[in-house]
Amino acid sequence: MSIAITTQIICFSVLSLIILIGALGVVLLENIVYSAFLLGGVFMSVAGLYLLLNASFVAAAQVLVYVGAVNVLIIFAIMLVNKKEDLKPISDIKSRRIISTSICLTLLSLLIRVDLTNVWSLSSPQNSIGEESTIRIGEHLFSDYLLPFEVASVLLLMAMIGAIVLARRDVMTKDISTGLPVDQELIEKSSEPLLTNKN
Amino acid sequence: MEYGLDLEYSFNEFLKGFGLSSEIAHIIWLPLPMLLVLVAAVVGVLVTVWLERKISAAAQQRIGPEYAGALGVLQPIADGLKLLVKEDIIPAKADGILFTAGPILVLVPVILSWLIVPFGQNLLISNVGIGIFLWIALSSIQPIGLLMSGYASNNKYSLLGGLRAAAQSISYEIPLALSVLAIVLMTNSLSTVDIVNQQSGAGILSWNIWRQPVGFIVFWICALAECERLPFDLPEAEEELVAGYQTEYAGMKFALFYLGSYINLILSALLVSILYLGGWGFPVPVELIAKFLNLPINAPFIQVFTASIGIVMTVLKAYLLVFIAILLRWTTPRVRIDQLLDLGWKFLLPISLANLLITAGLKLAFPQFFGG
Repeated sequence: MSIAITTQIICFSVLSLIILIGALGVVLLENIVYSAFLLGGVFMSVAGLYLLLNASFVAAAQVLVYVGAVNVLIIFAIMLVNKKEDLKPISDIKSRRIISTSICLTLLSLLIRVDLTNVWSLSSPQNSIGEESTIRIGEHLFSDYLLPFEVASVLLLMAMIGAIVLARRDVMTKDISTGLPVDQELIEKSSEPLLTNKN
Repeated sequence: MEYGLDLEYSFNEFLKGFGLSSEIAHIIWLPLPMLLVLVAAVVGVLVTVWLERKISAAAQQRIGPEYAGALGVLQPIADGLKLLVKEDIIPAKADGILFTAGPILVLVPVILSWLIVPFGQNLLISNVGIGIFLWIALSSIQPIGLLMSGYASNNKYSLLGGLRAAAQSISYEIPLALSVLAIVLMTNSLSTVDIVNQQSGAGILSWNIWRQPVGFIVFWICALAECERLPFDLPEAEEELVAGYQTEYAGMKFALFYLGSYINLILSALLVSILYLGGWGFPVPVELIAKFLNLPINAPFIQVFTASIGIVMTVLKAYLLVFIAILLRWTTPRVRIDQLLDLGWKFLLPISLANLLITAGLKLAFPQFFGG
């Protein structure tokens, strides 16, 4: 076995281990801040997997978008609202856990089935794009994937306008359809208080 | 443009002469440039710290460090030794793991970014195809480390400093990336080597600063903001936040922040010189000098000469920019946080967008000047 292949196998196993353990930590840890930082670690390891697959542009984009933007925003939001208060215990936690576990297991079985039935091997010339992949991605984005690309940008625009409307609700004091004064509190309020003691 | 010293090739050939296989020769070669660049980065920091002390002293009509070595050149080493032997304190109510991981996460991406800094045609660790994009991606990891150390310190000043650092870094990343994109548009490549080669046609006249003056200024402002240098050092503003996210840190962990910020400053200066000031290029093209002296460009003597000129030019340009950054730090007042975010979002972002659009238009109109 050549040195290159050995290095690749070692890198792959280390990265996969980090992804598995990190992802479990994201879901299972009690402290939400740890979960957020572990999520960053998982994103980084996924970028490492892309690097192993010779997709360096995708790897860098993964780091830039998921670690540098998404994860930073998640941590930012957690730190702005992270109050050291105890959450109210949920009454029917056991049945909820059983339902979520079964849904996750169903999804896992679906993924395993896809993995087993799909033919993964590609013919060799497509495998060795390497450094040229940036150009190919650009060509595809502006030819056969143009519509999904543009639709995604419209989606982002909508999200941005939505965020501005939410952040500057003081501009509209009256509801347009009903004419009633707008509730300036959070829109997505829980129907019951989430914290044990509200002070 | 396939000329220039190829030390890797010669080294591998040399090792193969001893009967080693090419793979083993490659493995022996790999750590050498990394070690060299790491040493260069640390020495660069020592020089920058000394410059900072001396220039700040001159700006304030003091003498500055004087007794440690001639003109105080050994002062940074004394500083480093002091930090090295100081007690490593973790506050009792801090979060130990995150408190330790924070400085590492700040330093590692900065050092990794040196991967793409070229000092000559073949004088860089790796000419990766995504080049400058790798630096943008890596520099976006840093705010996570800052937020981490700000949170783990269990101190309100640290937390505020960390939040400010992250907000600042996110807002200035976008105009930074857009002005890099304008350069990439002109080069048709993300690789730093190609970016420098594209500017090497007519010496100083073909440097990108003439074709991208707006991009140059936007990039420089954003680079200073990313390094948290003084007009933009809000995350550690002494009067408001003690020392921001560094408040609780001491000893080697503080030294990591310190090292990280100075390595980042040198890296930014190097990248400005690569993107806008012709990188390793001499103001007069070396080919012209060789032709004038009637020497072939591939002669070993000329090769060594151009390589040394390249390294000297890169470092010289970078340190000129570092000098400007230090002067700015000691002569300008700090902006407020709202002014900082206004500048980033309402001024630099639209300007860099317009710059990108105009560059694209000019590239279509004058392909011979703006890259075909």
